[in-house]
Amino acid sequence: MAGVQVHGVSKTFGLHRALDEVSVDFADGGFYALLGPSGSGKTTLLRMIAGFDFPDAGRIVIGDEGVERVPVERRRIGMVFQNYALFPNMSVADNVAFGLSVRGEAKTDIAREVKQALDLVQLEELGQRRPHQLSGGQRQRVALARAIVTRPRVLLLDEPLSALDKALRVDMQIELKRIQREVGITTIFVTHDQEEALTMSDRIGILRDGRLVQEGPPEEIYNSPASEFAATFLGDANILRGKASEEGIELGDGTVIRCCNAGHNPAANSSCAVRPERIRIEAAESPEASSGENRLKARVTKRIFAGNSTTYFLDRDGQTLKVLVQNSGGESVADGADVMLYWPAESSVLVA
Amino acid sequence: MPQTDVSQRASTGPRSQWRPALPLLLPAYLWLTVAIFLPLSAMAFFSFMTELPLSGKPWAFTLANYAAFFEKSFYAVLLRDSLRLALEVTLWCALLGFPCAYVLAKILKGRSREAIFLLVILPFWSNGLVRVFSWAIALRGNGLLDRTLNAILPFQVNVDLMFSYPAIVIGLVHSYLPYMVLTCYLTLQAIDDSLIEAARSLGASRFTVLRRLIIPLSLPGLVAGSVLIFVPVVGSFMEPRILGGRAGTFYGTVIEDQFVAVFNWPLGAALSFILLAVVLIILGAASPILKRAA
Repeated sequence: MAGVQVHGVSKTFGLHRALDEVSVDFADGGFYALLGPSGSGKTTLLRMIAGFDFPDAGRIVIGDEGVERVPVERRRIGMVFQNYALFPNMSVADNVAFGLSVRGEAKTDIAREVKQALDLVQLEELGQRRPHQLSGGQRQRVALARAIVTRPRVLLLDEPLSALDKALRVDMQIELKRIQREVGITTIFVTHDQEEALTMSDRIGILRDGRLVQEGPPEEIYNSPASEFAATFLGDANILRGKASEEGIELGDGTVIRCCNAGHNPAANSSCAVRPERIRIEAAESPEASSGENRLKARVTKRIFAGNSTTYFLDRDGQTLKVLVQNSGGESVADGADVMLYWPAESSVLVA
Repeated sequence: MPQTDVSQRASTGPRSQWRPALPLLLPAYLWLTVAIFLPLSAMAFFSFMTELPLSGKPWAFTLANYAAFFEKSFYAVLLRDSLRLALEVTLWCALLGFPCAYVLAKILKGRSREAIFLLVILPFWSNGLVRVFSWAIALRGNGLLDRTLNAILPFQVNVDLMFSYPAIVIGLVHSYLPYMVLTCYLTLQAIDDSLIEAARSLGASRFTVLRRLIIPLSLPGLVAGSVLIFVPVVGSFMEPRILGGRAGTFYGTVIEDQFVAVFNWPLGAALSFILLAVVLIILGAASPILKRAA
């Protein structure tokens, strides 16, 4: 097992700059998600760590070995592909055994290790099946067993769950996390699904147009996004725009929105993000509201009841705001009602 | 509603599947009947005759034409030579065609792939006879090959391949190579690149990937190409005759002689059917392997 460091890696395909001086430190034994929309460079970065593509500039270190010029077959990595890439001409057991037999290990050792790996992914019964006889979830497990049986230094997953249906995906998320903990392997996981990234990883890196825009633990990125893009890509956010001021931002009508990180660099940041679930709706001026709270007048335009919560869409000066209210048995607010929105200064974050 | 009942049954019954298919199938089957079945039956009929009825001489049914094959070892030896020639040509086609198909399917992209593809199928567009005579010009002593080699090489060489076994192989490989390239190309094209990447990520060298993944997965194409080449080459006569001269006496040329030179159609027909039977037996014996590959 080993950590992975990526230092200032750039890659250009033709005229397209796929990666632009990306640096990330993947800690030993951690579960790291690379999150971004398609074309953001997340798969390119993964393929470069794997060794399928070589960077134009920069360094890639696995453990303490610089590998940026080492071909994939000598990097000792494990990779799970989006379409699983199981060898159709081999049985499940032979698929899992492939990496071991390529190394020339003894037959009896191979058989034992293959059995262990199939046990780990709970497919001990299916060793003699062919890949085409398996369900999507089973194929996924075989691909995972095949990737980890060789005890690679790092496990790379390229959108491994995107081909599964929703219920199976949630099962596999839990399963994948369990196996990763059990094996303790450094794992880098590429996804465009923010929920997957939030629930599974220790750290998330958000990529956009070939750049790493933010990096950190899921809570940190969710609670203090650095940019509008990070705020809206990871979770839902209301973005309020205005002039920078001492305490936060000043909206067009002079209302001041206090933000938790105000004053650092007032000139640069003139928009702030507020998560929908942080906002409270009151039917009228609330006596409970503390003086430090932000307040905005708005009108309810639509509500969507989802059982455990209700999402309100509100109109404020032509901008649509979103508020998520947990269903705690209180009275709901009617469509078209004029309401007051309250949230504490800590819940609004200045973003770039 | 009995009417909907009938139409429903008709739309699901086995007979109704044939009705819309019939106009599409009929032309092809009619053509096959006229073009293959009828002449073949006529030939089968001739092969059991003493004389060709068209010649006006009296004729009778006989098995003598088939017996002739077994009476003289001459025919069996020629047939063995023809089988060996076909095997050799098929092997050369596989050795030359597979790498070419691999490059076309997995390495080249876009324009350069189209260009190379065109070069591969060019032999299909030229007349077979023209092709063979071009080889004759190239291979004979003081011919194109001889002169070119002597112009390039610092020492004197004497290349006269004309009227030899290698000349026949060269001509046949040239004619039949496109079949191998095309069938292998199709199966190689169908191999997902991520399979190759997965194998490499597991530590497999390029040679291991080729041996354990690419060749097993493209075996159906290799087999199809081999059958497409082997069968016609066993009976080939044009290339052996023109490029082989006296070295070019093969089973196919003997059959041709019976039809165009000796006018012993019954013997020619019988020899043809023996060839057909031998080829079918070989394919039948190999079919377990072929099936597993496909």
